[in-house]
Amino acid sequence: MSQINRLNGGQIDTSRSLTFRFDGTRYQGHPGDTLASALMANGVRLMGRSFKYHRPRGVLTSGSEEPNALVELRSGARQEPNTRATTAELFDGLEARSQNRFPSLKFDAMAINDRFSNFLTAGFYYKTFMWPAAFWEKLYEPIIRKAAGLGSLSLQDDPDEYDKGFLHCDLLIVGAGPSGLAAALTAGRSGARVILADEDFAFGGRLNSETFSLGEDAAAEWVARTLAELNALPNVRCMIRTTVIGAFDHGICGAVERVSDHLPVPAPGKPRQILWRIYAKRTLLCAGAIERPIAFENNDRPGIMLAGAMRAYVNRWAATPAQKVAVFTNNDDGHRTAVDLIAKGVNVAAVIDPRPDAPRVADCELLAGAQVTDTSGRLGLKFIEVQLADGSERTIECGALGVSGGWNPNVHMTCHQRGRPVWDAGIAAFVPGDDGPAGLTVAGAADGAFSTHAALTTGASQAAASLEQLGIAAKPVDLPAAEDTPVNLKPFWYVKGGKGRAWLDQQNDVTVKDVKLAHQENFRSVEHLKRYTTLGMATDQGKTSNMGGLAIMAELAGKSIPEVGTTIFRPPYTPVAMGALGGRSRGKHFHPVRETPSHKWATEQGAVFVETGNWLRAQWFPKPGETEWRQSVDREVRAVRGSVGVCDVTTLGKIDVQGTDAAQFLNKVYANAFAKLAVGKTRYGLMLREDGIAMDDGTTARLAEDHFVMTTTTANAVGVYRHLEFVHQCLCPDMDVQLISTTEAWAQYAVAGPNSRKLLQKIVDPEFDISNEGFEFMACREITVCGGLRARLFRISFSGELAYEIAVPTRYGDALIRRLMTAGAEFDVVAYGTEALGVMRIEKGHAAGNELNGTTTALNLGMGRMVSKKKDAIGSTLSEREGLNRDDALALVGFKPQDSSAKVTAGGHLMELGTPVDASHNQGYVTSACYSPILNSSIGIGFLKDGANRMGETLRLVSPLTGSEVQVDVVSAHFVDPKGDRLRA
Amino acid sequence: MIINHPLLGPRDSQEFTYLGDASLIDRPDWQAENAVDQFHDYLYLRDNPAGSHRELWFHETGDRSWLVVTRDTTTHEITAVELARDVARARGRSK
Repeated sequence: MSQINRLNGGQIDTSRSLTFRFDGTRYQGHPGDTLASALMANGVRLMGRSFKYHRPRGVLTSGSEEPNALVELRSGARQEPNTRATTAELFDGLEARSQNRFPSLKFDAMAINDRFSNFLTAGFYYKTFMWPAAFWEKLYEPIIRKAAGLGSLSLQDDPDEYDKGFLHCDLLIVGAGPSGLAAALTAGRSGARVILADEDFAFGGRLNSETFSLGEDAAAEWVARTLAELNALPNVRCMIRTTVIGAFDHGICGAVERVSDHLPVPAPGKPRQILWRIYAKRTLLCAGAIERPIAFENNDRPGIMLAGAMRAYVNRWAATPAQKVAVFTNNDDGHRTAVDLIAKGVNVAAVIDPRPDAPRVADCELLAGAQVTDTSGRLGLKFIEVQLADGSERTIECGALGVSGGWNPNVHMTCHQRGRPVWDAGIAAFVPGDDGPAGLTVAGAADGAFSTHAALTTGASQAAASLEQLGIAAKPVDLPAAEDTPVNLKPFWYVKGGKGRAWLDQQNDVTVKDVKLAHQENFRSVEHLKRYTTLGMATDQGKTSNMGGLAIMAELAGKSIPEVGTTIFRPPYTPVAMGALGGRSRGKHFHPVRETPSHKWATEQGAVFVETGNWLRAQWFPKPGETEWRQSVDREVRAVRGSVGVCDVTTLGKIDVQGTDAAQFLNKVYANAFAKLAVGKTRYGLMLREDGIAMDDGTTARLAEDHFVMTTTTANAVGVYRHLEFVHQCLCPDMDVQLISTTEAWAQYAVAGPNSRKLLQKIVDPEFDISNEGFEFMACREITVCGGLRARLFRISFSGELAYEIAVPTRYGDALIRRLMTAGAEFDVVAYGTEALGVMRIEKGHAAGNELNGTTTALNLGMGRMVSKKKDAIGSTLSEREGLNRDDALALVGFKPQDSSAKVTAGGHLMELGTPVDASHNQGYVTSACYSPILNSSIGIGFLKDGANRMGETLRLVSPLTGSEVQVDVVSAHFVDPKGDRLRA
Repeated sequence: MIINHPLLGPRDSQEFTYLGDASLIDRPDWQAENAVDQFHDYLYLRDNPAGSHRELWFHETGDRSWLVVTRDTTTHEITAVELARDVARARGRSK
């Protein structure tokens, strides 16, 4: 298809053609085109359907502020919804589809909404779908989501990579228009480290869209010369296709670089996008200005766009939206559009300017004191109705209308730290206040300095001022002479009268009437206005629409615009893909896993793993013929209690505590006494939070007078270490104690069961006596194994059996477990996993994470007497509080079902027989439960009010969640070997 | 945010873990007559200033120093960073 609306010139390379598809139709464009400019050149004005009413829409803008022309790009896994056609760079083979229409863009069945618009006004959802509440999720929401919406997701994994990067600079310049380039030149020549970032794919900003000359040259030549110099400076980094999305604390800015969005597929090894974190000592915002429309009836037809955008399409992209156009403007700048279009040979039917004294600038008809009152054309503009100064009406035929209500400085980033813009009556717009982010200043049009001359000079001077604060002297640079036209406008927000709808926010289908309704219903603050009407929401965040809404609200309230105030902007400046935020943290990199030294061995054994913290731990080791996990776990438990088993406990936190005050330090952090622990002995320690609640537990061994090894639970290893450093550095800074985490330095295995000593004797070097007398219960010693390998041996037991834990340096972990399994063959040694470990500790009544659950005290855990009252330990004072020491305080007890085939369920609550099942009758709850292959019964442990005095009582264990109820007897939590004979054997 | 570590210079706040009010350094005397009341106040009663706030940060992925950071809660401006150990000693803490 020929490019019927393509003009001559522009910054496109017409020597090459690119083929692309829009809604299946093939078109041609050129390098340098955006999707929007290429469609325009091909005579396509209709590009999308509106969010709510499915009104036909075309482009409104030529940049990232675009509310209408949102399309789906690409197909398959790379399908990308809600992309602005105005920023999508054209490439050969680009596929784009319009959104939010069915079955087609030209005939959209949902456009029926438009006929019911009287019912779909502001607050419609709030008013209509209020009740019944149950209908919301099942009925209303799905229907609304289907009817009103944006693009769709591919629901496939994104095949591209995204990266994160970090940059540092003295001065970050946001925007590379005239002010940004002048600033970069000034700062670059001074030697400062400079980053110049622009969201466009061509540097130059507005200079690319205007016909200005700079000095003797065309603006493009000055831009090219300036860029050549900047690119040659090693201290300047020019970042194209890079949107600075936010100004965060302490000069940190975020930026998204679209490395490969302009390519069909990223080059090998290249990411699709990079999210940069830029540490900037100073930031200069040179983000320009955004034009605002005027609202009038049916001002949303395809072909009606901002006058500056129309000029940009014609000048930069050599594309006109129609062969015959008109311009509607309240300011002098709009007249430039007519001048530039006429220069390009486009027929400009008229310039309509509501100002009676409008200047005659363009060589076409000027209708001063006139306004556009209505438009027609079903899928694109055909006619505009104009009310002339004398009150008469006139119909003008035109295929496009450029509209300008003036320009708003792009203050977005100045608001990111809650800065509030201030009103400048001279340009009838908000300009940055002086409360922007620390270190950020503004130059050029973003600061309300609209002429090219002002942009250049303020860019240079603000850059120099920023650098001066850093002690860097910047010499003035020679800037070219440039136009310095004053702003001349008469505020004009919307055309009054008429019954039709005048659109303010085209992305959210908000009309002038909606704002009036919000006012009538008392949603009058700007924040309420925004939320009630949705004005300024969604992907464009109201960049083109907010101002009009505020102006109308001000008028209705009888206030001035600054009195009404403005909503402020939050990051990001433009939408950011989730992929960019995630970066490389996806799939297995989202959540790293830690593997123990014997992981490979466990994998060879067919272990089933579970994630605990980040660790992968073997849960059980299925043997051939075992089809269900319980078979494996029951076998492992029986084997340990019957002979011997080995379990990898490397994941427990290990903290080395050394120093002359080490014992005193442990006495401080453990609730029970530690100072007198003998060298060569291990002790169970209970750590409390300062509020008296149990924090963690573990065993700590004293290897020497000034050397202890503490173990923590796997889950709390990091938190306990942090806590210990807090106690040391903040509470006892003069204690001579040093802490270091050695979790990853040692591989550790539990060797448990009646034959565990016999097994260990086969590998422990003979000079070490580990007989019952020579190495009694709770002993610890540094030993050697397997002929000289240093190791640590602890006689501690979690299972309740005769048991040891043996630790060797990490690199020997794999070798040790293989040796243990070989040496243990004669005892039929088994490897056991965390499930069997859990079963045995429940059988033994040992507390674990389920019991130390952040609500339980030492008293609850049955260790109340362990809390020493003779010393100052963390948590000891507040554990004496009355409320924690009630007579009926929860106590840890065991539960057995009366019917041995019934199941005890963890999480179930305990009720007395015959009482209602409610919170007021709650007697406690079960924390851990399992099937005990030793007792041939389901068992549980948990907390029961006054539990110690209720042995033998029968209670109901109920779980309203699952609807289960079981009668259980209260028993001791020590189901197996309550006297502890086995572990001392 | 950037925290200017007294030993290591400016570091990104992502390297740190936040705890809270630096008054946690002023742990009461366990043998005081009204020790339970003092501990209650110490643990539960905190100021919540809109403005300058002294707070504890732990350089968890760095050198494991606890720091006392003076930060304006309304602007995030950081005006002082000290080693908690030094602050604790200055507040009379020892062993």
